Amino acid sequence: MAATHRIAGQGRLTPAKTLRFTFDGQQLTGLEGDTLASALLANGVHLVGRSFKYHRPRGILSAGAEEPNALVGVERDATRKTPNVRATVQELYDGLKANSQNRWPSLSFDVGAVNDLASPMFSAGFYYKTFMWPKAAWKNFYEPKIREAAGLGVAPDQPDSDHYSARYEHCDVLVLGGGAAGIAAALAAAETGARVILADEQAEFGGALRFEAGAVIDGADGWSWAQATVAKLAAMDNVRLLSRTTAFGYYAQNFVGLVERVTDHVASPDRDLPRERLWQVRAKRVVLASGAIERHMVFADNDRPGVMLASAARTYLNHYGVAVGKNVGVYTANDSAYAAAIDLKKAGVNIAAIVDLRDNPSGELVEQARALNIEINHGRAVIRTAGRLRISSMTIQPKNGGGERTIPVDALLMSAGWTPSVHLFSQSRGKVAFDEETKRFLPGAYAQDCVSVGACNGTDGLSASVEEAYAAGAKAAKEAGVKAGKGAKPKVEASESWSRGMLGAGPGAGPDTTVKAFVDFQNDVTAKDIRLAVREGMRSIEHVKRFTTNGMATDQGKTSNMHGLAIAAETLDKPIPQVGLTTFRAPYTPVTFGSIVNHGRGALFDPTRKTAMHGWAEAHGAVFEDVGQWKRAWYFPRAGEDMHAAVNRECVTVRKSAGLFDASTLGKIEVVGPDAAKFMELLYTNPWEKLEPGRCRYGIMLREDGFIYDDGVVGRLAADRFHVTTTTGGAARVMNHMEDYLQTEFPHLNAWLTSVSEQWAVIAVQGPNSRKIIEPLVEGIDLSDEAMPHMSVREGKICGVPTRLFRMSFTGDRGFEVNVPADYGQAVWEALWAEGQKHGACAYGTEAMHVLRAEKGYIIVGQDTDGTVTCNDAGLDWAVGKKKTDFVGIRGMMRPDLIAKGRRQLVGLKTKDPKEVLEEGAQIVADPKQPIPMKMIGHVTSSYWSENCGRSIALGLVAGGRDRVGQTLYVPMPDRTIEVEVTGTVFFDEKGERLNG
Amino acid sequence: MLLIRCPYCEEERPELEFRNAGEAHIARSTNIAAESDEDFEKFFFIRSNPKGIIFERWRHIHGCARFFNAVRDTVSDKFVMTYKAGEPKPDLAKIMKTDKPAAVAAEVDPQEDKTKKPAAKRAAQKGDA
Repeated sequence: MAATHRIAGQGRLTPAKTLRFTFDGQQLTGLEGDTLASALLANGVHLVGRSFKYHRPRGILSAGAEEPNALVGVERDATRKTPNVRATVQELYDGLKANSQNRWPSLSFDVGAVNDLASPMFSAGFYYKTFMWPKAAWKNFYEPKIREAAGLGVAPDQPDSDHYSARYEHCDVLVLGGGAAGIAAALAAAETGARVILADEQAEFGGALRFEAGAVIDGADGWSWAQATVAKLAAMDNVRLLSRTTAFGYYAQNFVGLVERVTDHVASPDRDLPRERLWQVRAKRVVLASGAIERHMVFADNDRPGVMLASAARTYLNHYGVAVGKNVGVYTANDSAYAAAIDLKKAGVNIAAIVDLRDNPSGELVEQARALNIEINHGRAVIRTAGRLRISSMTIQPKNGGGERTIPVDALLMSAGWTPSVHLFSQSRGKVAFDEETKRFLPGAYAQDCVSVGACNGTDGLSASVEEAYAAGAKAAKEAGVKAGKGAKPKVEASESWSRGMLGAGPGAGPDTTVKAFVDFQNDVTAKDIRLAVREGMRSIEHVKRFTTNGMATDQGKTSNMHGLAIAAETLDKPIPQVGLTTFRAPYTPVTFGSIVNHGRGALFDPTRKTAMHGWAEAHGAVFEDVGQWKRAWYFPRAGEDMHAAVNRECVTVRKSAGLFDASTLGKIEVVGPDAAKFMELLYTNPWEKLEPGRCRYGIMLREDGFIYDDGVVGRLAADRFHVTTTTGGAARVMNHMEDYLQTEFPHLNAWLTSVSEQWAVIAVQGPNSRKIIEPLVEGIDLSDEAMPHMSVREGKICGVPTRLFRMSFTGDRGFEVNVPADYGQAVWEALWAEGQKHGACAYGTEAMHVLRAEKGYIIVGQDTDGTVTCNDAGLDWAVGKKKTDFVGIRGMMRPDLIAKGRRQLVGLKTKDPKEVLEEGAQIVADPKQPIPMKMIGHVTSSYWSENCGRSIALGLVAGGRDRVGQTLYVPMPDRTIEVEVTGTVFFDEKGERLNG
Repeated sequence: MLLIRCPYCEEERPELEFRNAGEAHIARSTNIAAESDEDFEKFFFIRSNPKGIIFERWRHIHGCARFFNAVRDTVSDKFVMTYKAGEPKPDLAKIMKTDKPAAVAAEVDPQEDKTKKPAAKRAAQKGDA
């Protein structure tokens, strides 16, 4: 198809630079510099999509970021598909592939369009009332069907193969919006020497100068001035220009999020380049120059392809050289649409008629239109349009009623006036104020160090805007602390100025007939829907918005919010400010997940922590489990073994001979200083003052509320030095907890805390042969039971390396924990492994560790406790220093509820069938025959098969559990009920003889 | 993202480096074991949650690791000031005089000024922190 609608001599693109692209498979051509929208229009294509709810044919409404209709899918390959791309924003590149959305089987024949005929069923709030019966059908039938029929593009089904990057930046003055005002502000700030960033969402700076043909600045036409000035800024070292960059969010303390589209306009992007780059800019001052957005007219069937904003048609003509039609109608309540008619007429396009809702339009543009013999119908309204896939005519009528007249057109331009873009100002928590005279919301009270200039500030006319912006830019630089240099203020010699326009529905929008006069194109919200919402009791605009979904689509109501508000206000018979304006929220336009996540994907999503012995475990076939950020060896299967077999073997081997276990992930904190013992007394329930150097104690840490927070073995290395271990998961928060008390509650104590978790690799050697395994490698430590009893710690050497050697056990068998500097972890492990081999020892993982400790009833904080368990509940009263007068939690654990009878206590559970292994988390009841919901008296916290016991074992928290020992309780499962006997918590070696065995 | 001035580093740093640590000037009794249930409830559970000025604790966890105190407006999120742990609670009327309406001060729930038994050894408490 030829570019039939490109007019020679119009626009700024170069005719020789052609690009090929496809739309729904059809081969088309455009020019370098086109957007997808301008290229489609150049080929006479208006129909580009189907609407969200009614599947109505839709065209291109705008020429910018506010586009609600022309959403397409753009794909490069299977892993680079982007749905809901605004055709007005997507720059054309050679080979671009675009597809229309929300239609089946084709764009021109869409089965879903039956929704349009059935539209009475889909009025505002329909999903709250229409499909309510029968209840079950909502979930299984109505909702899936409605979701299938409604909607826009299809989400990609493969991971995005593009990558995204992020940068932080600081500047003195950040100018958001690169139209005339933004450029002038940036220029003024830059001339002082301030560090300036100027950002604009479009490919080229210039904003409304793109279409405003009448502007002359510093002797040049507006567009040329903009390009020349931007070139000047680009040459300055203190200026950063960010084109194709949208400021999407304005956060606290002048922190602005921007996203730069780096390669979306490139035919074959360099795969080393990110697709998008997130900029997080902290600015001393922000200048908002975000412009204004034209509103459409609200009348019946105002959504047919070919109906568009007047400024958009002007942009397509003056910038892209594209005529949006050959016989064009104009419907307006505002002067600016006249300029579009005049430009098109001068370019040789027939203007069928201008229909002006105002009674006596006057002014320079009106006169010019008359002089060009354009028919002007004032005091009249367009009451409907015709045409299935493209507008074919408009029907007009005097606005107070009377004879209708139908005028054939192939495009209809509309303008109800301009809405200042106060989005970013509002996001900065500034308060907008309604200006009665001009019927628009403007920046009122500022909350941050920013200023609005130009159209977004309600400043009308290019000359006034540039003047205001230049002054604001210079002032912002000064306020940012930059001593002034000085430049020359741009002089605006000619500009256009527009009068106001209207808010709300025109005469062709009802009242309350079946006509569809669209307010929000993207969410298919009509004037009637908003009136209905008010009739059904919605009073606040926030309620109207949610009930109708007006302004809730991805365009966030850029064209629809003010109309919706005005219609609601009129129906409520209240002034607009009393009905209120909905809050503007980030993002200004849709932002990809990719840019937000940027580098934080895959391996960079979260740090992975590996112990010093990780490589050995990997080489020996370990299966790993994630414990927080740690990778821990879970079990070491041998050939032919499943997890169950491997764990059974490891458990048996440890108790029969010995096992090596990597315990490096335990948190380790060194508490040092003259008051170290006093500090320990306050942070742990246990007494520490009398613990002799060289001995260890199992410590329990409470929160102030009296519940168990952490536990671990603590070794006293010297009078003033403790080696504290914490749970793997608790390491960081225990350190924070300790620091908090040391710094703010007990600052009088002279003690220091150092996290040494990663300094020490820890190899647990457990089992009857453990001493034999370490003995040949240890120097300077007497390992005899007399010299080094259970729960003691010694410093010496192992394999020639310094060690802190703990005699301790988390298995119930004789055991040691060998701490060595992490760098030597693997070497010492390998030496111990070699010794272990001589005794038939194995390496065991976290699963066997869990089973072995459960056989002994040793708790795991966070598994057998859950933040509501006291020492007494866990059977650990013995660890609370009875004579102590203060420790964290001492008061909390005395609270009435914590000492009440009937609390859940930790007990052992043996299933009647020894082969049956309970599910962790399963609930426990006393009477299985009671009606549902049953009274649950406890739950299973730990449950395993114990090969050493030859049966299953479990721990659980049961109300009044210790008084129930010997009783039978029940664990109801979906398919059966399991009988369990309540027992003590120790299943193996109840006398504890094996610790010295 | 907020910028927070660490009174120890004497620098404004991004919020990412800090962690909030709850309300400030809540003193842990030096004889906590003897506290009544009511007093313990006030100390441990009850927080002011004001709309307006709040005194709160922060930790420069990814910096100097020190806990310090801050005065912040919960409506605007703006920090009025930060100060070191152990320094006395600032006089709200005085600090708000310059740029805030008196109404803001009225919204503040005057933190129960726990009668702290001035234990001789106790240089500072979370209360003063």
